[in-house]
Amino acid sequence: MDLFTPNPDAPWTPVQLARAARRVVEQAIGPIWVRGELTGLKAYASGHWYFTVSDRLAQVRCVMWRKWTQRIKTPPPDGTQVYLLGTPTVWEERGEFRLNVTQLLVTDRIGQQQLALERIREALARDGLFDPGRKRPLPPHPSAIAVVTSLEGAALRDIITVARKRWPAVELLLFGARVQGSEAEGDLLRALARVNRMPGIDLCILARGGGAREDLAVFNNEAVCRALAAVEVPTISAVGHETDLLLTDLIADVRAATPSAAVELALPDQVEFARQIAACGIRLGTALGRSTRLGRERLARSADRLQASLDQRLERRRRDLERLAAQLDALSPLRVLDRGYSMARAEDGRVLKQRASFTPGLEFTLRVVDGEVPARVREAS
Amino acid sequence: MTDPAPSLAEELRRLEEIVRRLEREDGDLDQALALFEEGVARLRLARERLGAAELRVKKVLEDAEGTLRATDFDADK
Repeated sequence: MDLFTPNPDAPWTPVQLARAARRVVEQAIGPIWVRGELTGLKAYASGHWYFTVSDRLAQVRCVMWRKWTQRIKTPPPDGTQVYLLGTPTVWEERGEFRLNVTQLLVTDRIGQQQLALERIREALARDGLFDPGRKRPLPPHPSAIAVVTSLEGAALRDIITVARKRWPAVELLLFGARVQGSEAEGDLLRALARVNRMPGIDLCILARGGGAREDLAVFNNEAVCRALAAVEVPTISAVGHETDLLLTDLIADVRAATPSAAVELALPDQVEFARQIAACGIRLGTALGRSTRLGRERLARSADRLQASLDQRLERRRRDLERLAAQLDALSPLRVLDRGYSMARAEDGRVLKQRASFTPGLEFTLRVVDGEVPARVREAS
Repeated sequence: MTDPAPSLAEELRRLEEIVRRLEREDGDLDQALALFEEGVARLRLARERLGAAELRVKKVLEDAEGTLRATDFDADK
């Protein structure tokens, strides 16, 4: 559809025009917050509200469908200053520009809520509950985690899914609590108190999925904050989306942007663990290799020393022997023959030392230095 | 908490201790071999246990007497 070239031969129908205007308005502006004065509110039995928001210079017609008015109990009176969240659009049937409102906040109530929040924050701060020194480190490998959240919520599903993927060797203990509405405070207080009575828990996660600001209000509740601070194990607060910052986030030891992120902070990654285990295996092998090499070297050194000590002992023995041999040699009677003496021995080997032994005709042997000489005693003449 | 065996984290810690001791060990082969064997056994065990681990999800409720009871929670419903 060409919006910019008027053509008398192809006139638009009203619905084409209204539809085109609607598309332009919706696309060009989108959802916005509008602040102004509310007047002329008509609340129909169907639950839909029609009203006008205005300032001194302009006014805009507004519609708020039953789905959205349900949250607000009574329609605000004329003249109330309001914040409206809505999408500007064109109501085709009437060709009317209007704001499709999804959220209505009374301005001075916002002011009061803000004030109340500040008072709680001050009270908690006075009691030191935001002190950085209170923050406890998370256990590196928890084996049981308490999860305080709604048993029906998306937050719990996310937590279970991420835990299963990241570190299945853990036990999740669910402490169910409604996390919005008038019962939420009591439920959360009971659940947090039970966490302290349950033995064996290493860590506590307080979680809730994203929602409208007022749906998260219980996580700004003073009693809930104090109950969280009283939890005896380290705590993680994971409420709403990244952009929502609640008082419980400031009280908990660690704030996680989302419930899934809380599990990632709480649990080690099994892939990383497997890597560490594998690294240990490699180090074991290397260390054993080194140990055996050292052992072998030491053994070799011992053998060398043994050999050396044997050699040394043998050498000493050999020198002893030589010395003894020399001594023996010096004592040998044969050495005397060296000097020109000789020794006479009878045939039976007796040494003939006296003249009387030499009977005439006796044959004997004369031992000289280089051998023996046969001899005989001459006959008496 | 319902796990009587040491946690996987504990296994990893012991494994690292064994590796450190083995790395310090200088030449006592008997001891080195014993450490190595223990290390390998623990390594295999840790790997098996992690592989076999299944997430346990329990719901904690308080009965009329004020006693807390953990019952299995069907996570897939």
